[in-house]
Amino acid sequence: MLTSIKTNSLTNEGQKLGMMYIRVAIVLFGAQLLMGLIAAIQFIVPGFLFEIFDFSVARMVHINALVVWMLYAMIGSVYLMLTDETEHNVVAIGLGKLAFWVLTAAVTVVVLVYIFIQVGAGSESTIWFINEGREYLEAPRWADIGIVVVVLIFYWNVFATYMKGKKTGIMTVMVANLMALAGLYLAGMFFTDNISIDQYWWWWVIHLWVEATWEVFVGTLAAYALVKIIDAKREIVEMWLWIEVLMLFGSGILGLGHHYFWIGTPEYWWEIGALFSSLEPVPLVAMFVHVLYDWGKEQGANGTKPAIKNGPAMAWLVTNAFGNFLGAGIWGFFHTLPQVNIYTHGSQFTAAHGHLAFFGAYATILIGMMYYGIQRAYGVERMRATFKSKMAIFLITFGVLGMTVALTIAGYEQVLVERAELGANWNAFFTAQDLPWYIQAQIWRTIMGVVTFIGFIYLVWDLITIGKEAKEAQV
Amino acid sequence: MANENVSVWTSIPFWRRSAAWVTGFASILLIWLTFDTLGQISMGTDSDLKNGVTKRVPAPTVINYHIDYKMSQKRGHEVPVIGKKEPFFGKEWSPKEARELLHLGKLTSQAKNCMNCHTLLGNGAYYAPDLTKAWLDPAWQKGGAMQGFTGKNTTEEAMAEFLQHPSKYATHARMMPNLGITAKEAKGLVAFLKHMSSIDTNGFPRNFSKTVDQFKAGGTNAH
Repeated sequence: MLTSIKTNSLTNEGQKLGMMYIRVAIVLFGAQLLMGLIAAIQFIVPGFLFEIFDFSVARMVHINALVVWMLYAMIGSVYLMLTDETEHNVVAIGLGKLAFWVLTAAVTVVVLVYIFIQVGAGSESTIWFINEGREYLEAPRWADIGIVVVVLIFYWNVFATYMKGKKTGIMTVMVANLMALAGLYLAGMFFTDNISIDQYWWWWVIHLWVEATWEVFVGTLAAYALVKIIDAKREIVEMWLWIEVLMLFGSGILGLGHHYFWIGTPEYWWEIGALFSSLEPVPLVAMFVHVLYDWGKEQGANGTKPAIKNGPAMAWLVTNAFGNFLGAGIWGFFHTLPQVNIYTHGSQFTAAHGHLAFFGAYATILIGMMYYGIQRAYGVERMRATFKSKMAIFLITFGVLGMTVALTIAGYEQVLVERAELGANWNAFFTAQDLPWYIQAQIWRTIMGVVTFIGFIYLVWDLITIGKEAKEAQV
Repeated sequence: MANENVSVWTSIPFWRRSAAWVTGFASILLIWLTFDTLGQISMGTDSDLKNGVTKRVPAPTVINYHIDYKMSQKRGHEVPVIGKKEPFFGKEWSPKEARELLHLGKLTSQAKNCMNCHTLLGNGAYYAPDLTKAWLDPAWQKGGAMQGFTGKNTTEEAMAEFLQHPSKYATHARMMPNLGITAKEAKGLVAFLKHMSSIDTNGFPRNFSKTVDQFKAGGTNAH
């Protein structure tokens, strides 16, 4: 079905490869939402698929599909912009395509094993071949190694093309940031009996991805998109980008401390984590201001007639500016101080933040890049939003916001009753889970999940048809 | 453009340099703190336990000791307290045996994907109770619901029995599925849980000891 997204107008092999990654990203995005729906139903109907497809399996595939579709869309976006920015063809396109097929085959095998084998015996071979059992990093070790090899090929393509071509500020940030992003994965590739050390390094991957390098990645994509979609002036955009890098890494690297409050690590992380993670929303405000300000001020600054060249991509970019600030910034700050976090740590509050942050900060801009890719693939000068584009962005945003609000309410209930009142033991947990308002919130979360999924159907439908329609309208 | 700037605030090279310095400084600080933290959270030794030396993460042989979680006036929150020796599965475990058992338990906790329903040290999924101090939970103690339910006389045996047949001893509609945990793996998991309860988590979960005290005083934490 997704092959109906044609790439006929692309003469650049790198961009064709980018579109290959984006097609797979769309499929995995759908898988993520389906798994989320199963897990949401299990919260309200616990017997649903019990001992057939348990919550742990649905949830594992839910979060893994999330991470993998985002990485696919990220790699796809880089291949889309690489030749544009460097004015040089991708150096090893054949190898790049091989890496794509190897990665896709590996992901397929890993997912099939997750779904059909699920768990293994308590031995090293399970860690190597079935699943590693560490949230987000469940991929078994053989796949870890495969991912590293594939990412090295991808990185070589980016790095060598950059070295041979033009070195724009945007691409300089991209190349440096990708090295950190890829290197951090290695911190999650070992086994230890010491759970505190395990989680210490585990957070190096998770936090330094989503609260540092991924954020810089998003800043870089936004800079590129502003230049391409509204013809913003490169000097302005690149200056903002460096300021964002400064603020994101300045707050995000030591903001890692907010994950070290309760895992056995020393008390000094309270102060370090509180201070730096409290600063993490600042660059997100800056990004928000930057995108909106430039939209008004910089549109057509290159002397062209002011125009939005890609309506849906711009809409998703603005949603990103807002969602990143709201989901990662506000919802993150809610529970980042140790005085609050001692009660909220590991509750539905975390889930609320997780949903809005991953959506607001990452899903939005990556969907925007999908639209941008399609515009290029069909060679469309100006792509306007269709009814389907509008339904997609409205339903998905409304659905995710609704889920977030519902989970936040569930989180309040849980925190006050289980944590504050009853003291966080087994019985306290179930007492809170059985509260009528908690259950009501979980029902609303599921309804809003369905709304999100309907939005996703519109999105896929739009992505498949918008390019062709826009092309025909142009001629 | 940069050379013509009148103000440093609109100079790209200025912001590029600043970004590099701030990132470098933050990274170096993080690496330095990492060395300090790893030193503090590496596992203690058996002789630390014998000599009463407090470690944030004790040796695996902590399974041979009674563990409690009590309010510390000095630190302002609850801390684990390692007490007198007590048998674990009816025996005292040598350092080698304890290390192997903990290794099996940690491996099993990953192989069975515990973290995608439960939280460990507060991290994981939110479908099932936090396991950080599960070993100390009133439900598993003498007189608690689970010892009677499983027909076992000790916390460790009750937990091991439950882990092997979780849906048989279901307490709520939301049940733990049967994950094919063997008797040996169950022992390992219980050792892993007991060891985790001895980790100094800076008072997380808060208030946990309050309900334990209520329970011991004959009250119940259910309403």
